[in-house]
Amino acid sequence: MASVDLIWKNGRFGQTSRRDAWWGESLLVFLGLGAFIVYGTWAAFQGNHYTHGPYLSPFYSPEIFGDSAHSWFGPKPAWFPDWMPFSPALLILWAPGLFRFTCYYYRGAYYKAFWADPPACAVGEPRNTYLGEKTLPLVLHNLHRYVFYIALLFIVVLGWDAIKATQFDDGFGVGLGTVILTVNACLLSCYTLGCHCSRHLCGGGLDVVSDSPIRHALYQFTSKLNGNHKKFAWASLISVGFADIYVRLCSMGIFTDVRFF
Amino acid sequence: MRNVEFRIWRGDGKGGDFRTYTTGIDDGMVVLDAVHKIQAEQANDLAVRWNCKAGKCGSCSAEINGLPRLMCMTRMNSLPLDEPVTIEPMHSFPPIKDLVTDVSWNYEVKKRIKPFKPRKPDAADGTWRMQQADVDRVQEFRKCIECFLCQDVCHVLREHTKHDEFIGPRFFVYTAALEMHPLDTEDRVPDLKETDGIGYCNITTCCRQVCPEHITITENAIIPLKERVVDRYFDPLTRLFRMFK
Repeated sequence: MASVDLIWKNGRFGQTSRRDAWWGESLLVFLGLGAFIVYGTWAAFQGNHYTHGPYLSPFYSPEIFGDSAHSWFGPKPAWFPDWMPFSPALLILWAPGLFRFTCYYYRGAYYKAFWADPPACAVGEPRNTYLGEKTLPLVLHNLHRYVFYIALLFIVVLGWDAIKATQFDDGFGVGLGTVILTVNACLLSCYTLGCHCSRHLCGGGLDVVSDSPIRHALYQFTSKLNGNHKKFAWASLISVGFADIYVRLCSMGIFTDVRFF
Repeated sequence: MRNVEFRIWRGDGKGGDFRTYTTGIDDGMVVLDAVHKIQAEQANDLAVRWNCKAGKCGSCSAEINGLPRLMCMTRMNSLPLDEPVTIEPMHSFPPIKDLVTDVSWNYEVKKRIKPFKPRKPDAADGTWRMQQADVDRVQEFRKCIECFLCQDVCHVLREHTKHDEFIGPRFFVYTAALEMHPLDTEDRVPDLKETDGIGYCNITTCCRQVCPEHITITENAIIPLKERVVDRYFDPLTRLFRMFK
């Protein structure tokens, strides 16, 4: 291939002729994702105030081992090393965390916001070397579909949590927490099912999709969700954090759950 | 009429700098009109490539206030006119003169991509049958006018000059149009991974953002191709499933 002799290479970091606030989107992503990571890490290490009545914080679901009534296999097992910090959230949060970390949308967003690679379109970068996702470590992003399979299990569990959030001590009911957990499960489902990997597995990988009516329908459905993937990525991120805050505040007695019926 | 100041890059492959011109702008003018006015009145030797003035030939690609755009489709009233309007040639290609760049590298890349190889005809008269559902997806890619703005904004080419290892968004769209075609039988997945450098794309979506034809380059072309590379090289479960299918 013919080599190309450019005269604009090796520009300075931030060098651009752009006049608009090109740094605005990256700054918002940095603040939004940064705030979520800080809060999520803090909440995961707390190990308390994650349930309230029938509600279970999505940060702690599924509660594989734990002290609450939602726990699948009882309290912290004896074989769990004492030197390791224990919280039911730490056992499970790696999966949704990896799913978002390897998500195509988030990759594009945090490469810009956290790594300035590039800081924005047509803006100079801080480094001259570039490996992309071609070699280690970023080639591991290709494992996205494996965490997608696990993320599918999570939306089933969170959907079940939303159903269980209607089972109060005095019987069936709906509270504000029920609504929040249900909306959260729906948004997470839209985000997960609309991911590019899901779209590909449903039918995008086929050249002739019309021969498989079910996969064609699934492909069309996931493509519609995929068109709003960025919106669902942010909406579900906010909803999952908000659901944890809500359950935590109710559990701490700072906020009283509103019971509709 | 309003006087507007322009900073236009003048130079060639050895270098250059900005020169300032002031000219009157009428309602409805686009940047290309202003450049032509400056060329006619003040800088007869100003080089600019253009043809259709309708956003369909892809000739007048340039960088206007730092963003890759077609000059003929950028209305003056969409720009802040209280400060100079900056016009530069595309940074990802060698300048020939002033606003004209040498985009021949793109044509060399295109020659390298395996061409369309249809299956045997479906009918005795040598024709094929396709379902609309199967060609819907690739029709979007046929809108490309080869303005190369996506190539220009892609930081892999623009900042890291990986021209020898990376074919750029335009040719991922071209490859996607062939690879996803229901009649095509050629296999381009190994090339995508090994020689086309799809792994260099880090999904900034800048290519999609500057496309004047609004092709969803990243989501509909590049990521699906990345997923096909994952199918082939990074997913043992899919490979296992294919063995028993």
